[in-house]
Amino acid sequence: MTAISTLPTEPRGKRPTRTFAPATIMIYGILLVAALYYILPLYVMIVTSLKGMPEIRLGNIFSTPVEITFQPWSTAWTSACTGLYCEGLKVGFWNSVKIMIPSVIVSILIASVNGYALANWRFKGSEIFFSILLFGAFIPYQVMLYPLVIITRELGIFGTLTGIIVIHTIFGMPILTLLFRNYFASLPTELFKAARVDGAGFWRIFFQIMVPLSAPIFVVAVIMQVTGIWNDFLFGVIFAGSKNVPMTVQLNNIVNSTQGVKEYNVNMAATILTGAVPLLVYFFSGKYFVRGIAAGAVKG
Amino acid sequence: MSATTRPNTIFKNLNAKVAAIPMIATVLVVFIGCTLWTVVLSFTSSRSLPELTFVGFDQYARLFTTPRWNISAINLGIFGIFTLVFSTVIGFILAALMDQKIRFEGAFRTVFLYPYALSFIVTGLVWQWILTPTFGIQRVVRDLGFETFTFSILNNQRYAIYAIVIAGLWHGTGLVMALMLAGLRGIDEDIWKASRVDGIPIWKTYLFIVIPMMRPVFITTIVLISTGIVRVYDLVVALTGGGPGNASEVPAKYVYEFMFRRANLGQGLAASTIMLTTVLIIVIPWALMEYRGGKQK
Repeated sequence: MTAISTLPTEPRGKRPTRTFAPATIMIYGILLVAALYYILPLYVMIVTSLKGMPEIRLGNIFSTPVEITFQPWSTAWTSACTGLYCEGLKVGFWNSVKIMIPSVIVSILIASVNGYALANWRFKGSEIFFSILLFGAFIPYQVMLYPLVIITRELGIFGTLTGIIVIHTIFGMPILTLLFRNYFASLPTELFKAARVDGAGFWRIFFQIMVPLSAPIFVVAVIMQVTGIWNDFLFGVIFAGSKNVPMTVQLNNIVNSTQGVKEYNVNMAATILTGAVPLLVYFFSGKYFVRGIAAGAVKG
Repeated sequence: MSATTRPNTIFKNLNAKVAAIPMIATVLVVFIGCTLWTVVLSFTSSRSLPELTFVGFDQYARLFTTPRWNISAINLGIFGIFTLVFSTVIGFILAALMDQKIRFEGAFRTVFLYPYALSFIVTGLVWQWILTPTFGIQRVVRDLGFETFTFSILNNQRYAIYAIVIAGLWHGTGLVMALMLAGLRGIDEDIWKASRVDGIPIWKTYLFIVIPMMRPVFITTIVLISTGIVRVYDLVVALTGGGPGNASEVPAKYVYEFMFRRANLGQGLAASTIMLTTVLIIVIPWALMEYRGGKQK
């Protein structure tokens, strides 16, 4: 477990020597072919979104656009239709922003304080609750959906922004708590003890000692939550309500709606727009993203 | 401050308990409470509203005589086996190649991992476009001169589920690669030196020394992929919508449809309980193993 919880960024050992041995060529050959397979869908999305419909009908999906047009992008953003409404994907984008920002903040606040309590202020039963919390991460969401609908409806937050924020906070809790607990536990205990001796209490140690030392782990948590919440579909469909339909849900409605002529270029522009936020986060955050998914995936 | 004056244990370490209230509530109400509620109510005859008329295993009996559920379960099996085998094998091979002290390792990793940052909806829609017979791969190959070439798995009842496998592999193999690479980097360099000295071929070293040493990494990866597989939902909604017909339905979608669209709650609850059981069968042995392993250390 511990072996894979840290991802070294650099390979160990000597730099490779410049040889073109058959084995080296084969290694690069296979890697390049694989890389091509991974890049191809992104390439297809981009070229399709830049073509006009006549060109799409004539050519094939891999051909580069003869006449570049940005019309599909503006259509996707401002006037693509979901059912009767043709207000474009911008509605879903802003809904997703509205859902994401408070959900990210609330879930990280609660999980960081919780992780701190579990790492430094253990109480009777805290480890048991934590174990069940981690185990809960494996329960399929479908098992808890219906009772959660009843609970949120009783609380009067079903189909509201508050409702979806609560749901994201609940389901982000296991992995975020684990992330923070492990990080706080890895900080030298002398710091904590010294602060205790000096008379600092629970909250003061948290805000004045722990938080300032934990910038990297907060960055990892923000990245995880931004991509995770942005990419959510199931919770958005059920809990967000018709006024807050997130971007993924609206995208699916636009592309998979049965009525009307399919505008593939608009669809692909809309798809890229929806993928843009997590992609940008990914490309700009590199090693933090990898660290997040390593923690998220390996749980320990 | 307060510890000296208050003997009551509830107030001891009170701030930590207050901080843990959201966790305690989540565990008790959501993870335990909601799960139990679902399991218990799956034995009732609930239709549009939950009710407490217990009917034993009737819902389960009906579930397994419903063709749509059986198709869903079989599809999950197909999707699961193919995804597990291919993502583990391809993920490992990519990681092994990346571990040969290559140049541009960062670039390769970025490329292999970026699909994982995208949502299943985006993944599903891109592959739907690439696999569309009229414009996608079939058309491309036909334009090259192979005019009878057929590759229309999206319109084929028998092969639609494989479209989901292809898209799922594109999305997730990079993650497996990253996990495997981390595992490979954890192998002691001396092992490699020793096997080189003994003149053991590289592939044999991998097969008989390195892979057995990476057993825990493999098991963890397989458990993670498997629990993800049981949940597969968005990808199917975006890529095939469960079609053509019911050909690519999956259990998670069955649950959603019966709970929220068809007002047949009992069926949805029974189906979700089966999903839970599947996950437990995978996770419990692993959790026990991890727990024992942790104790030994």
